[in-house]
Amino acid sequence: MSNVTKKDLVEKISDRTGLTQVDTKIVVESLLEAVSKALQQGKNIEIRGFGRFKIKERRARSARNPRTNEHIQVQAGFKPVFEASKELRKRVNDSYWVRNPVQESTPPPAA
Amino acid sequence: MSNATKHDLIVGVSKSTGLTQADTKIVVEELLETIAKNLESGKNIEIRGFGTFYTRIRKPRPARNPKTGEVVPLHKRVVPLFKYSNEFKGSISDALQPKPASPQ
Repeated sequence: MSNVTKKDLVEKISDRTGLTQVDTKIVVESLLEAVSKALQQGKNIEIRGFGRFKIKERRARSARNPRTNEHIQVQAGFKPVFEASKELRKRVNDSYWVRNPVQESTPPPAA
Repeated sequence: MSNATKHDLIVGVSKSTGLTQADTKIVVEELLETIAKNLESGKNIEIRGFGTFYTRIRKPRPARNPKTGEVVPLHKRVVPLFKYSNEFKGSISDALQPKPASPQ
């Protein structure tokens, strides 16, 4: 299963909207840039029905290199995360079960 | 520190590209929809310098309602995920790292 690239997305969007690929590409790249900028300013981006790009703060902690057993101090920092919206999670899960219907009744995990 | 919404993004993009907000909105929504559709069909979307949208199968496991202690089975399910590219992740944490102005 090959990956979809930005170019594939641009072609598809251009087909569907009737806008030129050049204009579409400019908008797509500018959007990615806008998301980057907002995150770099510490802003969260909430896109209804799709998900949230968020910044999580990481506290400083001490860790260990499992191979050498060496202790290292990990600095506090920021980690970007993405949370898919409920709608997107449901769409993805539902379509999986449409593509892969359950053949035998798989017993639910024992409580 | 306010959050940005889709509308804020559209206004910003429209300003920097010179395209109308209406056209920008169509492209942005079509982009999100195309990503969602590809995830639905189990495909990964890789955007260089930004990140990858992909899906994972989660194994079933028993979970608990933390309030009541009741056991609720979590069935096998598929979840959409996003992995930030290393480049992008680095640029964010660099931008947010407090300047080492005064030690301590």
